[in-house]
Amino acid sequence: MSIRIHIENCDDSFPCPDGSNVLRAMECLGRRGIPVGCRGGGCGVCKVKVLDGRYRNEAISRACVSAEEEAEGYSLACKLIPESDLSLRVIGKMARSFDISRGAFHFYGVPATAPHRS
Amino acid sequence: MAMTGVLRPGHVALRVLDLEQAVHHYTEVVGLAEVMRDAQGRVFFKAWDEADHHSVVLRKADEAGMDYMGWRVDSDATLDRLAGELEASPLATEISWIDAGEHPHTGRRFRFTIPTGHVMELYAHRDVTGCATGYLNPEPWPDDLRGMAPSRFDHCLLYGDDLDGTVELFTKILGFNLAEQVVAGPDRLQIAAFLSCSNKAHDVAFIRQPMKNKFHHCSFLLGSWNEVLKAADIISKKKVSLDLGPTRHGITRGETIYFFDPSGNRNEVFSGGYIWYPDKPTITWTDDQLGPAIFYHDRKLNEAFLSVVT
Repeated sequence: MSIRIHIENCDDSFPCPDGSNVLRAMECLGRRGIPVGCRGGGCGVCKVKVLDGRYRNEAISRACVSAEEEAEGYSLACKLIPESDLSLRVIGKMARSFDISRGAFHFYGVPATAPHRS
Repeated sequence: MAMTGVLRPGHVALRVLDLEQAVHHYTEVVGLAEVMRDAQGRVFFKAWDEADHHSVVLRKADEAGMDYMGWRVDSDATLDRLAGELEASPLATEISWIDAGEHPHTGRRFRFTIPTGHVMELYAHRDVTGCATGYLNPEPWPDDLRGMAPSRFDHCLLYGDDLDGTVELFTKILGFNLAEQVVAGPDRLQIAAFLSCSNKAHDVAFIRQPMKNKFHHCSFLLGSWNEVLKAADIISKKKVSLDLGPTRHGITRGETIYFFDPSGNRNEVFSGGYIWYPDKPTITWTDDQLGPAIFYHDRKLNEAFLSVVT
């Protein structure tokens, strides 16, 4: 029986084949819920916190997940290999790099006042 | 006037999480040649048409991203002159000289940090070990190419906060020209700058984002749109993480595809573009046309492309 991944934020779940990382399993099924970035453990867009279950992590950039965070269950879905059913919360999000509706310039929740050398 | 001063991008040094996975990617997928490994464990690569010893450097680290980018200047006299001007400028910080030989087959390098937080280097000498086809009655391309097989490392796109300071440093001190720019809002705030030190539409580009020292991509040159399409086949065949493409950029007119190395550092291979001369007016794009400026075919912005960086 395949492992199931439950995403708390959207109360959705999907199966994950043996040995696959969580993000690849989600993408293969055309499912959404976890933002997809580099798929290489480098950008942090798919950051999650594992709430329940056994797993192992492949190499993750410390710029995205510190050693302390990793010990607390934080991971990147693209490097998260489940070893049992997992319940997780999505932490990462895609930046809104150029949100024209919000003004000239906008990034994440940062107000549209970019540093500007006068 | 012939090209003088800063001639071209010379090297990019990247951090990777798993060295052997990265070596496999940059040799078998991108198609660079591994030229050597040093005592620090760094791995050096070059593209098939590059004359100098190396252009891409990888080291294993616990964070992905770019360590530094290097620029070849035309002479030791230029190196000393530009180093002096950078030392005297508040725009360049964390200045140091790196000894000759710290990079193999390479002379002394002048290292400095630019206002967007990126580390840049200037150097005047690197041993010419030759391209794969040689320089006497050469064939147009070598046998035994692997992967996408670009002819050269071409440029980087970098994200940082003080775009004004970085553009001033590159134009006023290093002699670059502004080939294209993106401006936003009623104040026409410059949010992207495409800078050329040569006849290319860009040798480096910067996008204003409120963080320092972020790496968007390093790019390699292919010979044709057909080679870009073949690169797309290779991305699927080798199960590489695709970002987007194949498509065309409005900005620079390049035909392009983007993908990620196994540590999440973005790569581009591209062809086309145009020849840029110093008397060509700067092309300006406005933020209400940013969709076709970046992706000319589907005319839509892509959040992953814009916001995923290492």
